[in-house]
Amino acid sequence: MNLTLKIWRQKGPQEKGQMVEYKVTDISEHMSFLEMMDILNEGLVAKGEVPIAFDHDCREGICGMCSLHINGEPHGPDRGITTCQLHMRTFKDGDTIYIEPWRAKAFPVIKDLIVDRMAFERIQQAGGYISVNTSGNTQDANAIPIPKLDADLSMDAAACIGCGACVASCKNSSAMLFVSAKVSQFALLPQGKVEAADRVRNMVKQMDDEGFGNCTNTGACEVECPKGISLENIARMNREYLKASII
Amino acid sequence: MSVLSSSIARKVAMALSALFLIIFLIIHLAVNLTSLFSAEVFNEASHFMGTNPLIQFAMQPVLIFGVVFHFVMGFVLELRNKGARNVKYAKFNGAASSSWASRNMIISGAVILAFLVIHFLDFWIPEINTKYVLGDMTGMHNGEFRYFEELQHKFVPMWRVAAYVVAFVLLGMHLMHGFQSAFQSMGFNNKYSSCVKTFGKCYSIVIPLGFIIVALFHHFNH
Ligand code: HEM
Ligand code: SF4
Ligand code: FES
Repeated sequence: MNLTLKIWRQKGPQEKGQMVEYKVTDISEHMSFLEMMDILNEGLVAKGEVPIAFDHDCREGICGMCSLHINGEPHGPDRGITTCQLHMRTFKDGDTIYIEPWRAKAFPVIKDLIVDRMAFERIQQAGGYISVNTSGNTQDANAIPIPKLDADLSMDAAACIGCGACVASCKNSSAMLFVSAKVSQFALLPQGKVEAADRVRNMVKQMDDEGFGNCTNTGACEVECPKGISLENIARMNREYLKASII
Repeated sequence: MSVLSSSIARKVAMALSALFLIIFLIIHLAVNLTSLFSAEVFNEASHFMGTNPLIQFAMQPVLIFGVVFHFVMGFVLELRNKGARNVKYAKFNGAASSSWASRNMIISGAVILAFLVIHFLDFWIPEINTKYVLGDMTGMHNGEFRYFEELQHKFVPMWRVAAYVVAFVLLGMHLMHGFQSAFQSMGFNNKYSSCVKTFGKCYSIVIPLGFIIVALFHHFNH
């Protein structure tokens, strides 16, 4: 199929960017979206132009690196997948596809479609861990009984790959879904309860300092999240935060 | 305002002020509905609401604070949220993942606010003027309670009835999203949440519709 692509080009963080139109021809419907981008880039290199920079790594939906805003939605129109799992059969011959970077003040563009997601890293460093003694006499985690439901909910929250689609989809650029997943995966387990109050306070503070917006519960993040992280996590984080603030 | 320095605290405050307004609307509508079947009951109820010291000097200031807090905070949050995305998307398909009402709380809110201004000019300011500036606490006009007659009089002009209908339809949309959102903000999301959502939807239709019916009724029966 033949497609018209409108892609954000920006030389560097300080440079002014703009949408640039490209044409690609003979794209197979079996290709992945990123393979289509590779073909476009090969063509650009052959013409002596600078290829389009975009993030990717595993290309199998587990690392959270790929990050394109495609036709107005993060990771494209399909549900429950990352951009690297998106296939060209989702589109039709003759389509025009908009490809943009995640947009948020806290995710500044580095180049073209690549944004700086270190803000997530700093939120994690503010409390997204548990402190365990690794001196050789660490207690076996399996020796601590945990209700099946809690273990499952914690595992669901831990499925977050930190891609940032929640922020990208949110009209407020809110990072609540990501942060709540990271808070929940520990808050649900006995090992995480010890530092629960400090964790939620510090992570929320870091989230606010990074300049993410306020959640207004539109629910867009949950719909667009490739890992199906539930809004229940946000409610849980709000509860954890209230508990930590009152006590 | 250091208690409100975090995003979650602001959200919870927003939800609490909203829940307060939700309860207030029920009481307000209950009084209004009496005007459909009995001028007398409506007069009595209005007079009680307008002169009871507890309501006037305890509830009323709290209510005014609640309304002002809610919309000021609403505007503050909206501005901050706009600022959190400094470069706009060329294409943003919000409808794919969220409802119009949820994305436009500021628009429905602004319409409600505009309505509140009209509403205050229509009823509240003249009331305060009669009672506390002119010092007439009797509620009487020509030997009769004046409330019902004033009410009927207000709903004669078509433009005001139209403004009421538009404002309450938008209030309905505000609440369609807002009701359940307030619970989520306060951390309430569990097996009862589907009941909250259903109840919220009913509330968002029934309460605004009640106000609309009162306005239409008096427009066509006077
Ligand atoms: C009697 C009138 C009103 C009622 C019953 C009401 C109710 C609500 C409710 C239930 C919420 C959801 C709270 C939450 O998600 O935590 C809300 C949010 C909101 N309201 Fe109102 N509201 C009223 C008037 C107004 C007015 C006059 C404005 C003026 C701008 C306004 C602006 C907003 C905004 C912007 C939000 C979204 C804030 C957020 O979720 O962070 N509302 N309202
Ligand atoms: S919550 Fe979902 S959308 Fe947000 S970072 Fe995690 S995986 Fe990505
Ligand atoms: S490249 Fe790893 S999730 Fe897409």
